[in-house]
Amino acid sequence: MSLNLKLEFSGGAELLVNKVKNHDITLPISSKLWTLRGLLDWIKDNLLAERPELFIQGGSVRPGILVLVNDADWELLGELEYELQDNDHIVFISTLHGG
Amino acid sequence: MENQELKAALKAKDAEIEELKRQLRGKNPLPAIRKSTEDELPSVNSEPTLDNEEIARYSRQLILPELGISGQVKLKNSRVLIIGCGGLGCPAAIYLAAAGIGCIGLVDFDEVELSNLHRQIELRLHGYCIKACVSNLFIRLNSRASCIPYHLALTSENAYQLIEKYDIVLDATDNVATRYLLNDACILTGKPLVSGSALRFEGQLTVYNHNGGPCYRCLYPKPPPPETVTNCSDGGVVGVVPGIIGGLQALEAIKLACGLPPSFSQSLLLFDAFSTFRTIKLRPKQRNCVICGESPSITKLIDYEQFCGAKATDKDAGLNVLGSKERISVQEYAEILQKKSDHMLIDVRQAVEMDICQLPAPAIIFVVCRRGNDSQLAVQELQKRLNGIQLKDIRGGLHAWAKHIDNNFPVY
Repeated sequence: MSLNLKLEFSGGAELLVNKVKNHDITLPISSKLWTLRGLLDWIKDNLLAERPELFIQGGSVRPGILVLVNDADWELLGELEYELQDNDHIVFISTLHGG
Repeated sequence: MENQELKAALKAKDAEIEELKRQLRGKNPLPAIRKSTEDELPSVNSEPTLDNEEIARYSRQLILPELGISGQVKLKNSRVLIIGCGGLGCPAAIYLAAAGIGCIGLVDFDEVELSNLHRQIELRLHGYCIKACVSNLFIRLNSRASCIPYHLALTSENAYQLIEKYDIVLDATDNVATRYLLNDACILTGKPLVSGSALRFEGQLTVYNHNGGPCYRCLYPKPPPPETVTNCSDGGVVGVVPGIIGGLQALEAIKLACGLPPSFSQSLLLFDAFSTFRTIKLRPKQRNCVICGESPSITKLIDYEQFCGAKATDKDAGLNVLGSKERISVQEYAEILQKKSDHMLIDVRQAVEMDICQLPAPAIIFVVCRRGNDSQLAVQELQKRLNGIQLKDIRGGLHAWAKHIDNNFPVY
C-alpha cells in the first residue's frame, strides 16, 4: 500500500524544485498517517535542491506561498494537520507581485 | 466610375473625421496632471439617464439585459482608481474608459523606459508612464467622463485621502510594500480592491474586501522575505500576460460598478500561459486578521517599507555585502583586460543572458597537470562547456617545467 500524490509548484516556486512544475510522487504507508506537515518534511528531504529556507520556514511554508489541496485553500482544510488522501492534488503557489 | 466616386467620398469623410478630432481636442484639452491628492474630483454626473450620444456609444453594452440602461448609468456615476500605469494598469484603464466609467483616477510615479514598452501598450515616449497612459486613454473617454492623472508615489500619508474619493480600486502595482498599503487603505475606507499581478508566463487575479471575502492580509499575514520576491526586471514577463490580467481587472471593476457579482471574490484566478486558467476557492475573511478581523490592531496606515523590509518600488536595491577591498570598478577591470594580466572571469548570469551579451573573455586559460596527459583531456572537456574561451594545454606539464625551467621544482 502506498499514497499517490500529484504535486504542483507555480508562481516561481518551481524554481526551487529543479524548475519542474509537476511531480507525481508515491509516499510509503507508515504506521502514522501522512499529513501536510509530514509532506513538507518529505519535500524538504527529497525535492528541494538547495536553499530550503526559500520554501520552508518555522515548520511551515514561508510567507508568500499559498497551499492548495484539490483546488481549495488549505486554510479551509486544517492546514498542516490535513490528512493526505490517495490521489490528492497539492499545489504550492508563490504570490506574484509584478505588474 | 462608381468606385472612384466612393473613394472620393471616403477621402472627404476621413478629412471630416480629422477635423472633428481636432475640434474635440480643442474643446477637451488633456487633463492636468496632479501632484497632490488634496483637490476634489469633478462631480460625476448624477443624472439618472443617458443622452443620445451615450446611448449610441454604449449601445452594444446596453442591449445586454444584465447591464441595460440602469447598469450603464451606474458605470457613468462610478469612480475607479487605478494604482500603477504599467502592464496591468494601462490595458485596464483603456477598457474602463471605453466602457463608460464616469471618473478614472490614475496613479504612477515611474518614468517610461524602453524596456516597459513591450507590455505597457499605451506608452509612447512621453517621459512619464502616467502621461502616456492618459493621452492614449483620452480619445476613449466620452465628453462627460473625466480622467484624473496623479503623478505621485502612493504613501501612508496620501493613500487614505485619495482612495476615499473613489468607489473601486485596482491594484496594478509592482511591489509588495504598496500592495499591503493599498490593502489596508481599502479596508480602512471600505472600498473593494481588484488585485492583479503578473510575472514570467503567469498571472494572478482576485477581488479583496468584498462581501465577506478575505483581504490581502487574511491570505498573507506576513510579508514574504524580500529575497524571495522577484520583479519583472529580474524575472522577466511576457507582455500579453499582464494585458490579459489587466483586462480581467477592468471586467471585475465593471461588474462591481454595475452591482453585478464579481467572479473572483474569495476566489483566486491563476493563469499560466503554458497551461490554462484555473480558479481556486479561498478562505473567507479571517476573524483574527489584524486589519479586517473582529478586533483589528491596525487602525491607521503604518510604515509599509519597514513592515516588508523592502522599498515600495520594483527597482533593484543595490546590494552591498562585500568590503571595498573585495570589489573593483569597471575601469579597474578594463585595465586588467588591457594589460592582459592573469585572471579568470566568472560570469554568474543565466545562459539565456549570456546569449544577449558578454564581456570580452580574458585572453586564455592554461591547463596543467603532472605530465600533460590529463590536462589535454581537461581542455577537451572544458572546450565543450566554456564556449568562446581560448584554452591551452601546457605540453609536458609540471615534469617539463621542472626539466626545462626550474630544476629545483619537485618531481614525483
